Amino acid sequence: MLTRRRWIAASTGSLLLSALGGARGEESSAADGTSDEVLIALPGKKPLIKRTFRPPNFETPLADLRRTFTANDAFFVRYHLAVIPEIDARTWRLRVGGPSAAQPLELSLADLQHRFERVTLPAINQCSGNRRGLFVPRVPGVQWKNGAMGHATWSGVRLRDVLRKCNLQPNALEVVLDGADGALLPQTPDFQKSLPIDRALDENTLIAFEMNGRPLPHFNGAPARLIVPGWTATYWVKHLTDIRVQAQPFDGFWMKGAYRIPTGAFPGTRFTSQETTETTPITEILVNSLVTAPSPDARLAHNRPAQLSGWAWDGGTGISAVDVSVDGGLNWRAAALDKDIGRFAWRGFRFPLDTSRPGPLAVAVRATSRGGEQQPEKLTVNPAGYHNNKILSLSLEVA
Amino acid sequence: MRRAAQRMALSVCALLACGRVLAGEESIHLIDAPGRDLTATSCVTCHSLDYIPMNAPLMSRASWEKTVHKMIDKFGAPIRPEDVDQILAYLTAHYSG
Repeated sequence: MLTRRRWIAASTGSLLLSALGGARGEESSAADGTSDEVLIALPGKKPLIKRTFRPPNFETPLADLRRTFTANDAFFVRYHLAVIPEIDARTWRLRVGGPSAAQPLELSLADLQHRFERVTLPAINQCSGNRRGLFVPRVPGVQWKNGAMGHATWSGVRLRDVLRKCNLQPNALEVVLDGADGALLPQTPDFQKSLPIDRALDENTLIAFEMNGRPLPHFNGAPARLIVPGWTATYWVKHLTDIRVQAQPFDGFWMKGAYRIPTGAFPGTRFTSQETTETTPITEILVNSLVTAPSPDARLAHNRPAQLSGWAWDGGTGISAVDVSVDGGLNWRAAALDKDIGRFAWRGFRFPLDTSRPGPLAVAVRATSRGGEQQPEKLTVNPAGYHNNKILSLSLEVA
Repeated sequence: MRRAAQRMALSVCALLACGRVLAGEESIHLIDAPGRDLTATSCVTCHSLDYIPMNAPLMSRASWEKTVHKMIDKFGAPIRPEDVDQILAYLTAHYSG
């Protein structure tokens, strides 16, 4: 069923030599910890910002976040474990069952595509740790800046339509999701996640096989992945192979030991069957924004028209306002909002910048959601560096 | 050194046989100092070595200790208890902030 992707360019000898330092005996630019903007192309992708090679963690450059829909070949890549099989879509099967599904199913990609209603929706896919690398004080983990996120249209079928064919039992509590990616060592915990049953049955939770109208790229979960609009990307399990419905809280490492935030520290849906008094699973994406133009350290020409533009989004209530300050946060004025294309989508904003006076321009951008949440002035420190939605500041210069 | 090199050769060969090494990873070199080979062989089985310099500016001996024990206890890294001190000494000396 599975074939291995052959990635190898180096011979055993040269790899061994270089991994040991070998003949060159010097650090490469990628290894010195300072040049963190190395652009490298994975197979099927354009050059992206390399954070780590294996498991592959690659970030989308700002320039590729300017379009409404992030291109498939520019979309960020995030894995926890290094074994990523290339799956033959013709022989791939999705198994659906578990103790609380009385009638298990096995579905081919053609079954998914033809036996269920097709649904397409735009949604933000954002890593829980997006902007971890901008935390002060810094937090260990993949040092993402702004590009561990993207926006795409996702096409597939509703998870609930599939689950309802399995004779769900009334005691169903969580739905456990497993993908084909795994670890090299058998003792390393496999990447499996669970969702509360009500979120699994939400009409917007999809098993998607297309992204922006094309089959999912290999590195974004081919042939099918879960889409949980509004929730952070940790739940969007790639290369789906197994779905289990159960009456007990799932006790896997990636639920009990990772992707957790201090209980009560952030707004968002509570995943109560996984909650303890100290920590709780991360759930919804918090209200946030990104400036895509001008670039963060741009010099604007004196007396030439200039415009600030970017995106604002949240976990599914939609964006009600984006305010801009050009005096470091003292006074705020509303930016113009682009058309709302869906509550899980990002929303464009634009704001004319006054370039009549030369000098520094301390710009800050603050989004507000329809749910009444607003980007904060200060970070809420948490051990894993999740939920960085602090108001963004840019130091521009009019000259 | 010899034992470490043999273990390194074994783990890299295993990775290559499985086709799991991404081209480009071989460009990463850890700082040449005592403990490097043991550290590299212990880490590279499961992940590329760029994780080490990426986190270096915010690491200390205490945080490396926490990380190494997480790798052993949570992720099952095949690191012998008697090797932990040398790995920690190397990481603390060359990859902490």
